[in-house]
Amino acid sequence: MIALIDYGAGNLRSVENALARLSATAIIAALPEDLSRARAIIFPGVGAAAPAMAALRERGLDQAVMAAIRDGVPFLGICLGMQLLFESSAEDGAACLGLLPGTVERLKTQEKLPHVGWNTLEHVRPHPVLEGTEGEAFYFVHSYVVVPRDSDVSAGETTHGVPFVSAIAHQGLVGVQFHPERSGSAGLRLLENFLRFANVEAAA
Amino acid sequence: MLLKRIIPCLDTAGGRVVKGTHFRELLDQGDPVALARAYSEDGADELTFLDIDATPQGRATLIDVVEKTAHAVFIPLTVGGGIRELDEIRTLLRAGADKVSIQTAAVQRPQLITEGARAFGSQCIVVAIDAKRVAGNGWMVFTHGGRNSAGLDPVGWAVEAQRRGAGEILLTSIDADGTRAGYDLELTRAVADAVQIPVIASGGAGHPKDLEAVLTEGRADAALAASIFHSRAYPIPQVKAYLAAKGIPVRV
Repeated sequence: MIALIDYGAGNLRSVENALARLSATAIIAALPEDLSRARAIIFPGVGAAAPAMAALRERGLDQAVMAAIRDGVPFLGICLGMQLLFESSAEDGAACLGLLPGTVERLKTQEKLPHVGWNTLEHVRPHPVLEGTEGEAFYFVHSYVVVPRDSDVSAGETTHGVPFVSAIAHQGLVGVQFHPERSGSAGLRLLENFLRFANVEAAA
Repeated sequence: MLLKRIIPCLDTAGGRVVKGTHFRELLDQGDPVALARAYSEDGADELTFLDIDATPQGRATLIDVVEKTAHAVFIPLTVGGGIRELDEIRTLLRAGADKVSIQTAAVQRPQLITEGARAFGSQCIVVAIDAKRVAGNGWMVFTHGGRNSAGLDPVGWAVEAQRRGAGEILLTSIDADGTRAGYDLELTRAVADAVQIPVIASGGAGHPKDLEAVLTEGRADAALAASIFHSRAYPIPQVKAYLAAKGIPVRV
């Protein structure tokens, strides 16, 4: 069973629809106990970091997410859902989950921000969840980017004036800055890869 | 590198796509979802539904169309036309729209932009600006389908919309719309140079070279078009191949 984290702000519909296309059913996890049964977790975050963290804490979801990740439950963070895995965000100075060393910073670019639209993913290293996506375009909407302190965490990069980390992977944790649920066939492939990755992990 | 977006616009009325398209067989079946899927498979980077009747009954049917489309098409979906209230925005986003486009109501009550951005995030609030050239003095913003002058300069209004939290500007030249004689490049460039947020140019596309011009000279981030795609003249793959050959980064 896949759990989609619902902290009250995100529109989970598009991720649900994409999973349905892949014949996967998801439950909406708004309470910590919803996560305890999950075999995989997808966290599609939207909006700003501070209100999202406050909403997670209020619901006790922050502790539940950290516990699930420590237990090795495969996890896919999308956009803000990836950024919150790091220690803190320069976006209103929010303290985040701190599961990965590093911070979230405003992208230092001469190009327009927010970075909105389709941009290409370049692999930094192979990862099963990114299989078949090298050079593919994905849909982005953001101004902030993750800056992992451990460069091994980076799995993919994208360039918007300057290169930034657009995909991360560390053990069962995967994160993408773009929106696979809105990235056409390339996005569906990535989600399908994650489902396969999650099943393998869960069976192991 | 950020790619330039090509966005077909589907006019809807009573929950059905109106106006001819080259996917004639789908239109005849009255199936906007199949039509949206066909454009998506053709390489559209995004889809815009513009509700041109915006009656309460039509709106209910449109929501149904949005729901079904969001189930079948996995590219960003923008819905506009007659949106006035925060609740309408919420309903459309819940139905599966990624963004809503607000126009007349934003002029009448700019606070709607602020409230929408605060409640749902800037990324889903597109402010649509319809502008018309005025003698010797640049352009003016018009509302109500181009009937009423808003007494605003489109460049200043775009800057104000950005300040209030708009995530994108959908800029239509009333003069160019429907002419197929090219976008208003000067207008597009004036607005695109004044704001940091992406500008989607609309009105006047008749040939792939028009899209090329607005994405280069006009400095638009995206080009929206209807009849060029709806007629058989230039399907999306052909337009994108043309743009790619001219060195414009597009998703192919």
